[in-house]
Amino acid sequence: MHIMEGFLPSPWWQIWFAISLPVIIYGIYKLNGLIKNKRDLLPLLAVAGAYIFILSSLKLPSVTGSCSHPTGTGLAAILFGPAISAVLGLIVLLYQALFLAHGGLTTLGANVFSMGIAGPVIAFIIYKACTKAGLNFYIAVFLACALGDLATYVVTSIELALAFPAQIGGVLTSFKAFATIFAITQVPLAIIEGAITVLIFKYVIQVKSDVLVKLNVLSEAGLRKVKEMTT
Amino acid sequence: MKLEIIVAVIILVFTAQFLYMSSTTDSEYGGADGEAEGVIEELTGGTYEPIADPIWEPPSGEIESLLFSLQAAIGALVIGYFFGYYKGKKQPM
Repeated sequence: MHIMEGFLPSPWWQIWFAISLPVIIYGIYKLNGLIKNKRDLLPLLAVAGAYIFILSSLKLPSVTGSCSHPTGTGLAAILFGPAISAVLGLIVLLYQALFLAHGGLTTLGANVFSMGIAGPVIAFIIYKACTKAGLNFYIAVFLACALGDLATYVVTSIELALAFPAQIGGVLTSFKAFATIFAITQVPLAIIEGAITVLIFKYVIQVKSDVLVKLNVLSEAGLRKVKEMTT
Repeated sequence: MKLEIIVAVIILVFTAQFLYMSSTTDSEYGGADGEAEGVIEELTGGTYEPIADPIWEPPSGEIESLLFSLQAAIGALVIGYFFGYYKGKKQPM
């Protein structure tokens, strides 16, 4: 669930725009390089974007008795890195802000930061750390995507807490209030997102495993190991 | 097949949890963003006025679900197309 239109007062919505804009510009620059030089990877890019489209349209009920949706950005983050994920996230957020009144244009900067930047950065770091530590590939994907999804909503709570500090207790108190809504609702959804993304990776390996080596997601040796494991 | 079974079990547990929770509590299952609006109201003592309104809102819940389904359908189409393309390419006729 994104921050709704109009629900971030000045100067916060401008601040989040200022933080997100350079990342988007860098992401577009990287995307251009990909489109020019690595045309064979474009279908996978489309799949990563489409995955965000699907997952962020599915509002799922959660243990807290309210609904929220997964983000789907972990797949793009692991495949193409956080900068390109930010651009893909921006496209989805624009669609939802313009056609669904979900999220908004003034809160777009903050929403791009939480869903397009913070989530993918966490997912990317966790994936790299896990594979470096020699953890099973699928467990690494699961942890990266689940925690990346959760990070998005923790950051959303931080963004709202900074803009609306409680009169008694300040930012920390209001962070607890927002995190209770966003982050706790998200826990089961994050687990589901992690699990489903693992399946997507399994199918990518089945049909087009060479792109994972090209994108430095897996080494040749790592890929062989994963293949032996699943067959 | 092992991974598929694990994922299916996770989704089943999630569904069972939902069915149990929705029949034993009277939760409304509204959006988390709507609840955040309530918290903002509480924190500011109801004084906060949104600084902007959405430029266009779906006129009804039906239209909204249409546009959400459209979003999911576009995504599913693209994923299905490319996975099918790769799979077909891998297995020559």
